[in-house]
Amino acid sequence: MSTTIEPTVRVETRRQPMPPRERLEQIFDIQDLDAIYSGKPAVKGVTMEVYKNLVTAIIGPSGCGKSTYIRCLNRMNDLITGFTQTGTIRYHGQDICGSDVDAVAVRRNIGMVFQRPNPFPKSIHDNVAWGMKVLGIRDDINARVERALTQAALWDEVKDRLKASALSLSGGQQQRLCIARAIAVEPDVVLMDEPASALDPIATQAIEELMHNLKSEYTFVIVTHNMQQAARVADMTAFFSISHGGEGQRWGELVEYDATEKIFTAPSDKRTEDYVTGRFG
Amino acid sequence: MSSAELTAAARRPFTGRRVQWGDLILQVVAGGAALAVTVLVALIIWKVIEGARLSIQTYGLGFVARVAWNPVLGHELYGAGSFIFGTAITSLFALLLAAPISMGIALYLTELAPTVIRGPVTALVETLAAIPSVVLGLWGILVLGPALGTTIQPWLHSALGFIPLFGPPTSSGASIFTAIIILTIMILPIVSSISRELFLGVPTELKEAGYGLGVTRWEVVRGVMFPYASGGIAAALILGLGRAIGEAIAVTQVIGGGVFIHWNLFSGGDTLASKIAASYQGSTTKLQTASLIYLGLILLVFSLVVNLVAQWIVRRSARKLGIVRGGHA
Amino acid sequence: MSAQEVQRSVLRVEGLARRKAVNRTMELLAWVSALIAVAILGIVVYSVARRGLPALNLDLLTKDPIPFSLTNQPQGLRNAFVGTLVIVSLATLMALPFGILVAIYLNEFAPASIRNVVTMVLDILNGVPAIVIGIFVFGLFVVGHGQSGWAGSFALACLMLPLVARSTMEVLALVPNSLREASLGLGVARWRTTLSIVLPQTIGGILTGTVLAVARVAGETAPLLFVSSFVGTKTSWNPLHALQSIPVAIFELSESPDPADHARAWAAAFVLLMFILFASLGARWLATRSRRKIMGR
Repeated sequence: MSTTIEPTVRVETRRQPMPPRERLEQIFDIQDLDAIYSGKPAVKGVTMEVYKNLVTAIIGPSGCGKSTYIRCLNRMNDLITGFTQTGTIRYHGQDICGSDVDAVAVRRNIGMVFQRPNPFPKSIHDNVAWGMKVLGIRDDINARVERALTQAALWDEVKDRLKASALSLSGGQQQRLCIARAIAVEPDVVLMDEPASALDPIATQAIEELMHNLKSEYTFVIVTHNMQQAARVADMTAFFSISHGGEGQRWGELVEYDATEKIFTAPSDKRTEDYVTGRFG
Repeated sequence: MSSAELTAAARRPFTGRRVQWGDLILQVVAGGAALAVTVLVALIIWKVIEGARLSIQTYGLGFVARVAWNPVLGHELYGAGSFIFGTAITSLFALLLAAPISMGIALYLTELAPTVIRGPVTALVETLAAIPSVVLGLWGILVLGPALGTTIQPWLHSALGFIPLFGPPTSSGASIFTAIIILTIMILPIVSSISRELFLGVPTELKEAGYGLGVTRWEVVRGVMFPYASGGIAAALILGLGRAIGEAIAVTQVIGGGVFIHWNLFSGGDTLASKIAASYQGSTTKLQTASLIYLGLILLVFSLVVNLVAQWIVRRSARKLGIVRGGHA
Repeated sequence: MSAQEVQRSVLRVEGLARRKAVNRTMELLAWVSALIAVAILGIVVYSVARRGLPALNLDLLTKDPIPFSLTNQPQGLRNAFVGTLVIVSLATLMALPFGILVAIYLNEFAPASIRNVVTMVLDILNGVPAIVIGIFVFGLFVVGHGQSGWAGSFALACLMLPLVARSTMEVLALVPNSLREASLGLGVARWRTTLSIVLPQTIGGILTGTVLAVARVAGETAPLLFVSSFVGTKTSWNPLHALQSIPVAIFELSESPDPADHARAWAAAFVLLMFILFASLGARWLATRSRRKIMGR
């Protein structure tokens, strides 16, 4: 079944070849995860690993539960009433889904950038500094703010107006500010839920470069509906698809998870092949 | 008509608008009502000034600062000083007490309460606002006052009597302190219901951004929700203040009366509104009546200022948040 | 290792315990605040019921008060109940059409600048303390002519007007523009569109707003003290004279030293409170229902 296909996606990528699987360090070990909103399943039976210092992309048609899935990884779905999940998510070997695990501590280590930029109604500086101050990081705040903004490729554009309101920035700048805000607190993992979907191509490119440059310090998991983007930035790619059940139920399932190269050139599952060749979705 | 005539009629331009009399009448009548409202407000201001004229002519602006109220014939002397002080001290302390409790209520109802009880508890808190002031005042004179006068007031006096605020209490409990408690009860539902709406209006994505950094709920409230809602909360507090300033009946029932400026919360006093309510029916001379109305004029000015400040704050914060909505992508 | 220790080795938790303690404290305080509010409501209603129910009897509604009564002859507050009925009814008749017309003008016809000004004026009117309204109506109608129920109604109408106008405006704004456009597109004149198409959709909301306004002014004392308080004890239905009202009666009885007077005050307060509570809660329930109907849910 490993016939090479003609992918619709032919992209330039600066992605370096991945180290062999044995040398990869596991950060997440997800086993048989079901995510359910008020009795209606959003994703079922997800089993996969996420590796340190790689960019892992989650792709698939809309409605297949990609956002729901990624929000499970940092217990963000706890905020939604009626949400339950089964299965385990091991982070560095320890299950973070149990009720005795503090979600606040989980999110400290696993940060998130959202689909639409959502900077706080504060100044640019305070947006980045607030999280640090609250979490108890008090030394060298200004230096850390500068470092985060530099890593987010925003420093040069805002260094003269750190006191200006964050809301005066353009959409692409706001999103980079949100990324700076997330990495300022030095999390372990950064989850990104379609971070560039509301942005123009130039802003998108800036964010992709950012991920590429920061990979060595952080682990990225990115949800994207844009296959080209996944092909450009991701080392590993997970393809989700929609399954149907009785009574018109639909839920998302992990179909295939492999090195990006393989997913896009020699997928094992027909559904993956259909998706990446543009036959549907 | 022949087809040629029909075509000619159709081709004729729509000359001369048919006057829609109905439209005109409705607009004039409805517009007249709107105009009448404006005239009404102007009339209110004018009539109050007119009613106070005798006292304004007699005392001028010195009335405002003078601490005196002597209706004895031949020695008549009136001044608003002690009542302005009373209004200030009762309203500000009531606001001080009501603000944190209202914030707590609003937070509980928007963030903490189990979904099923949110509706009923919200309705209960708003029902607090529906209690007529005379009923609250009745409860104040006959129940709350004596209760405070025999328990909390003596206790506070013995424990903290060195602070001038907690001087010797009266046993009836009729005091500025009781009035402050009653006013707090009146302000609570106003401030909390506006704050509740404001907290509900904080966008979920903003809160999620906070939580995503790994902070606790209180930290999100303090760092994200409060700043976002701060303009509206300020307006809510000002509106609560306005309510407290204007309350005459319940305050006059429980405050005990008095014409002096002092710091002892446990003795009696009067506010602008309560003095008017208390002395009006027994007013003997034209000068006294005019002076009471002069007090009303000062009260009106305060209320207008408070009202306009609240409106200004609401407009300003709406404009500031407008940037959020109109942000360019 | 225990779960806690394991967790600590994997998730960084510096200072978390203290922050969580602060969080828990704040959540507790919020809960206590809500409890305080509900408790106060309960205490007040209980107090009024406990003292008012025993004193509640038919005499209250059927007999007039007897001044300076040293005997225990049965007496009541009939004049106050009748007076309140008359005064509040007349006030509603005055305020309702006015409020609706103002709302129609502001929502359907007025250019933005006028709408802003008049809305501001309505807010100002809403903020005028009731006692100042009393002084105003006193100066307008009572000076030279004496007190009357009409003056009382007018004063209450001034208080009701902003409430009726605002709630009517809210419901008018809820009516979708597509409805107006459909009617105008058929060639129906604006006045007809407004009165026959738009207004009927808002009846529920107007009703709710009116009930709430009535509940608000039924308990208003201050203005009536000035314009309709020098009353005898006989029941009268004639608004040309001053009429007694429930709130003023409660006020006067509450200041009296006679416990029998207090008992009657509690009874009247109980009736008033129950009426207002039922009216308010009922109106709110109606409001939720009619809003759902307009939104088509």
